[in-house]
Amino acid sequence: MIEARDVLYIGAGLFALFNGLMVVTLSLVWLERKFLGRLQGRVGPTRVGPFGLLQAVADALKLLMKEDVSPGPAARVIFYAAPLLVFVPGFIVWLTIPFAQDMAVRNLELGIFFFIAFSVLSIVGLVLAGWSSASKYAVLGGFRSAAQLVSYEIPIIMTLLTVVIVAGTMNIAEVVEAQASVPYVALLPLAAVVFLLAGIAEVGRTPFDIYFAESEVVGGPFVEYSGAHWAVFFLAEYVSTFVIAALTALLFLGGWRWPFGADLPPAAGVALVLAKTYAVVLAIFWLRATYPRLRIDQLMSLGWKALIPLSFAAVIIAAAQRFYGWPTWSLTALSVIVLAVPAILQVRLQRRPAMERARRYARRAMAERAR
Amino acid sequence: MALAVFYVLALVTLGGAIGVVTTRNIVHAALFLLAALGGVAGFFALLYAEFLALAQVLIYGGAVVIVILFALMLTRRGELELMDEHKRWPLAAAVSFGLFAVMAAAFTIDAASYNAEVRTSVSLDALGAVLFERWAAPFEIASLVLLVALIGAIVIARSGGRDEG
Repeated sequence: MIEARDVLYIGAGLFALFNGLMVVTLSLVWLERKFLGRLQGRVGPTRVGPFGLLQAVADALKLLMKEDVSPGPAARVIFYAAPLLVFVPGFIVWLTIPFAQDMAVRNLELGIFFFIAFSVLSIVGLVLAGWSSASKYAVLGGFRSAAQLVSYEIPIIMTLLTVVIVAGTMNIAEVVEAQASVPYVALLPLAAVVFLLAGIAEVGRTPFDIYFAESEVVGGPFVEYSGAHWAVFFLAEYVSTFVIAALTALLFLGGWRWPFGADLPPAAGVALVLAKTYAVVLAIFWLRATYPRLRIDQLMSLGWKALIPLSFAAVIIAAAQRFYGWPTWSLTALSVIVLAVPAILQVRLQRRPAMERARRYARRAMAERAR
Repeated sequence: MALAVFYVLALVTLGGAIGVVTTRNIVHAALFLLAALGGVAGFFALLYAEFLALAQVLIYGGAVVIVILFALMLTRRGELELMDEHKRWPLAAAVSFGLFAVMAAAFTIDAASYNAEVRTSVSLDALGAVLFERWAAPFEIASLVLLVALIGAIVIARSGGRDEG
């Protein structure tokens, strides 16, 4: 039974997590601006504090001091509740994410399922934010967010299911323990790639930020928000990005267990997990700097025609391997084969126009020579 | 402690349920539904059925979004007012109370046979084993029914607009 002491412990843990995540968010904002700047041949923020470190703090203070306006015809109660509905599911997930052995607020037996269940709820907040703003752009953005998030939820669930099948547990700490010798990114490259892509789409970072695309729906569900309420959406985005990065680090990159084994002190374990998480975050920023935003039909066809079939293939491979007792390396082999097929198709598809033009020129040249 | 939590959850669930049937705003109704279903998830958690609680959040959280979307996309301002004159509510109330009476009777007739003292959660392994061995046939039939409904929806949606491809 849950005792009062447990409630107190969970409350204290959540408070500590909240403050920790605020610091993480500030660091992510600084890191994103600096890293994007470097990738684009700029220097990023330099003015406020050493290396512009205090820029994010200054921005946060500015946001808090801005006037908080709401549109006249907005449905006031829902309008002000929606940011929380987006933020709380992304935050509550941290309850069960371990940073090292025995270092989670509560190490739930159903940890992975807990993440899946609560990450769905943020869609409600986005749709309601769009609807209650009484603005056409916001409503369109809300619809887009529902379509996108519902679609990309499926590959996330299926790839997590793959991990669960291979590890035989839903407890995140036990999944990490199971990766003592080989991280799952080596066993399940297919699931890792699909999870990361679908995860980026789920938090709406740039190649997939269809629902608040500035050039199309001018900010989507957030268009009417300002000041502190807008800041909560902003916070939710970074916290969710960090969740996806942390889950990738824990479930696929071996968390605190790989490559140094069990005799790592807890502090070093936390450092290792954070290092891996920040590495994944940098990869996410890198994707943002490299690829332009997808069109909405491209986004949908990527989700339904590529990621969902690939994620089902990952589940079938893992289930067949477990059921027939195939050797472990067959997981990697089959994953690589399945991953290679769409990659080759894509390359051929992209090269087809160039190849056709080359053949046409060659034919014409042959004809000239014959004459 | 558990009793206090139970009363809070009961208040949320019943309040949400009453809100669903009394409010005239369809989006508010969907939100009340979310509150009621969330309360039920809380009951499951209180009864050590963690998997059921999370499944409740996962399935109905997503379902409420779809309800809101349909409510917004399939209705217009004028139609919302037409929906106010719901004349068939006595029938709906009778059916609901009848269903409630049947289910309540089913649980109270052999209430003595339930062991209220059991306070352990069922492990996921045990749940999966029961679901896929003892109850495998009903489980598969349920999934088949859902599949039929899905395919039926696609067929109905496509048959109207075949010209547009």
